[in-house]
Amino acid sequence: MRWFWIDRFTEFVAGQHATAVKGVSLSEEVVDEYAPGATYLPASVIVEGMAQTGGLLVSQISDFKARVVLAKIGSAKFHCVARPGSLLEFRCQLTGSPPSGAFVSGTVTSDGQPLADLELMFAMLEDARFDKVVLFEPAGFCRMLRLLRLFEVGVYPDGRPVLVPQHMQDAERAELMVF
Amino acid sequence: MPTQEEVFDKVRTALVDALGVDDDEVQPGATLVGDLGAESIDFLDIVFKLEKGFGISIPREELFPEDILGNSGFVSGGRVTAEGIAKLKERMPFADLTRFEKDPRVQDFAQQLTVEDLCRYVKMKVGG
Repeated sequence: MRWFWIDRFTEFVAGQHATAVKGVSLSEEVVDEYAPGATYLPASVIVEGMAQTGGLLVSQISDFKARVVLAKIGSAKFHCVARPGSLLEFRCQLTGSPPSGAFVSGTVTSDGQPLADLELMFAMLEDARFDKVVLFEPAGFCRMLRLLRLFEVGVYPDGRPVLVPQHMQDAERAELMVF
Repeated sequence: MPTQEEVFDKVRTALVDALGVDDDEVQPGATLVGDLGAESIDFLDIVFKLEKGFGISIPREELFPEDILGNSGFVSGGRVTAEGIAKLKERMPFADLTRFEKDPRVQDFAQQLTVEDLCRYVKMKVGG
């Protein structure tokens, strides 16, 4: 099963805020199978969409090297449901980034109407305890970021573009050498 | 300078938000882990909320002295040595370690921190 709960980034300002969109489609199994007879995108998956938007905002701070995981849902308030055919917009901003964790505050709208308010906390896996844990293989991770068009819209606050980090370029090149 | 009551109110708000407990559960003598059910990941949240609420910076080792508890020079047979206890007291003058000293098992240390300890720590950080 694919695990993309956003379709693409439309705005990404490194270390500050990001916006991503997702079209809700009846072709997604969860939309009509989660609650047979009622078609909507489950709230848990919408939280995951915000976690992907915010998690990548956090991960970019370390050039996508830190192993960022969703650690806690501080709060999640839903105002309506996301029906098939609607366009969701995930907006989030970084509210805190102490060394071993980060906090994101976000809102989700459905066709412009308030859908959810979320507060999420992320943790970075520590090298001392999780040295063998690989969350994403770099070339595959980079492919995912390209699919989400992060590098097409990503900028730093001063307007410089967010480029594909060197370690990811190297990983992509190494992968190509295999074939 | 915030009063003792103001510090307690803000600490209580941080704990209620971070741990999902009721206001009246946050009593001065309540332990964060044993009584309020804090798990390790919650401490990151609590620290962030205290930093924001009081405008202070909280270095991890000031509240979680893992460098002392994991140092073989201060730990023997799973228990903190007298030197280790002295080091902990020096690092954490705000914490009441009387109970811990009676049987200083490393694994029990996380159970020690109380709401009152946290308030004393914050008061110390804001210069009270």
